[in-house]
Amino acid sequence: METLEKVLTPEEQFQARIDADVRIEPKDWMPDAYRKTLIRQISQHAHSELVGMLPEGNWITRAPSLKRKSILLAKVQDEAGHGLYLYSAAETLGTTRDQMLADLHSGKAKYSSIFNYPTLSWADMGCVGWLVDGAAILNQVPLCRTSYGPYARAMVRVCKEESFHQRQGFEVMQTLCEGAPVQKEMAQEALNRWWWPTLMMFGPKDADSPNTAQSMNWRIKRFTNDELRQKFVDMMVPQAEFLGLTVPDPAVKWNEERQAYDFGEVNWDEFWAVVKGNGLCNHERLQARVQAHEDGAWVREAANAHAAKRAAREAVAA
Amino acid sequence: MSAPLPETPATSVPAAASNQLFPFVLQLADTSLILAHRLSEWCGHGPVLEQDLALANIALDLLGEARSYYQYAAELEGQGRTEDDLAYLRSAVEYRNPLLVEQPNGDFAHTILRQFLFDNFHYHLLRKLKDGPDTQLAAIAEKSVKEAAYHLKWSSEWVIRLGDGTDESRKRLDKAIATLWRFGGELTTPTATETALQEIGVLPDYAALLAEMQAHTAHVFAEATVPLPAPAFAQLGGKTGRHTEHLGYLLSELQYMQRTYPGLTW
Repeated sequence: METLEKVLTPEEQFQARIDADVRIEPKDWMPDAYRKTLIRQISQHAHSELVGMLPEGNWITRAPSLKRKSILLAKVQDEAGHGLYLYSAAETLGTTRDQMLADLHSGKAKYSSIFNYPTLSWADMGCVGWLVDGAAILNQVPLCRTSYGPYARAMVRVCKEESFHQRQGFEVMQTLCEGAPVQKEMAQEALNRWWWPTLMMFGPKDADSPNTAQSMNWRIKRFTNDELRQKFVDMMVPQAEFLGLTVPDPAVKWNEERQAYDFGEVNWDEFWAVVKGNGLCNHERLQARVQAHEDGAWVREAANAHAAKRAAREAVAA
Repeated sequence: MSAPLPETPATSVPAAASNQLFPFVLQLADTSLILAHRLSEWCGHGPVLEQDLALANIALDLLGEARSYYQYAAELEGQGRTEDDLAYLRSAVEYRNPLLVEQPNGDFAHTILRQFLFDNFHYHLLRKLKDGPDTQLAAIAEKSVKEAAYHLKWSSEWVIRLGDGTDESRKRLDKAIATLWRFGGELTTPTATETALQEIGVLPDYAALLAEMQAHTAHVFAEATVPLPAPAFAQLGGKTGRHTEHLGYLLSELQYMQRTYPGLTW
């Protein structure tokens, strides 16, 4: 190693560790661009957990049974917990939660566009768990092996809970599909609305994804957007068939040669419109976060003021 | 569910009391459900992520407790109704929760004070119920009292932070006291049902509870540097079905699915 260090630049040593699948830890040297990319990605992920509480939170007070209400509340609470781990992981890179939240509130930082779609029926709680969490898992399982240690470790916990969430979402759908005709219609109508937006969760086509190559080289990312999208379709089409539901894409067809499903083209105009802030709920979601933060300011100030007073009293007493 | 304490007699509630037990268990169930529902409205909107988690956690505890009571109430009634029938298919005038828990969340100070008033009663009640003669209630209380102890610690600490925090937090706490203090008295004012259960020893004497509650309140308010509020005229009615106007809206949201799609499984 000593000889290597004399010959290799810090960048080369860094890349050699990445290539050898050695985890990068907070105190290790890392290129600024790697640090920035990770802060962007992890904070975006944390913001998605936080904003992601809203569309499902929308149904907690209207859940159709006490059991469903408990499960949904616990699930949304898990998302808050994921947000906490992820903000902490990002903080190890030298940013702060306050800074990350300020970037979210100003619109500088993004969150997953899927949460800019409204949840209109109870079946949406099924679709969000089954499809949205299903897509999230495909994105996130490879992140358990991502090169940055704190992120990878946070993702191990997140993925365990996400896979439970996905099963419960499927179970909500299954209950609807085995229920009365009105319930099955509700399930199909929700699938019609959620199918394409979940395909968009994997991001733009590889050809239009400028960050992919560098992220793969740094082993932050391990599969391309299109690879993951294909995996998702291959996983979900048979599940939809099992439920007796129809995926709203007439182009979906098993391709024997590729051993994969062919599927239609995502509406990329819609994708970019939502990314740019023009989805139906972009405004409400961000406003809800800003409002909670602003309404909570006096509470945070009170807690800090009290802690300071208490510390001062204890100092005098000591 | 925890096993009953060994020294608890297996079934020592006189048969006549089971008539009173059903409405009382229902009252406990409604109380925990309505407060859980109110707390769950905070989900995603808390003042800081850690407190969002805490609020959801308390809501989940209360929801779990409510379900245990509803299941027991359904069993006591013996007419084939389920926990969901009891929660989703009764009207506001049939609900038996005290007025306090149906009050809107307001700002964080209102939520905290409402929680403190409730937790202080809830914790002290469960401590007695867990040693009470009704084995089922004792078992539910045994499990819930641990959660309630944490709830009371949490809300007490927040009363202290808000009282002894900034001028603004103090003003907001004062406003919450002015709004909610009048609903505290109902918790320890027994209804005819509760009196009947107290007479046969199923329920503790509320006067004894009140002494413990007042001691805790005095301690917390002293720490918070807030003078103890003067006793307010106690607004009663929730426990006998006379509610504030807030409950109807809460129930129309809570019961929306079951009312719109009757008789289905979810």
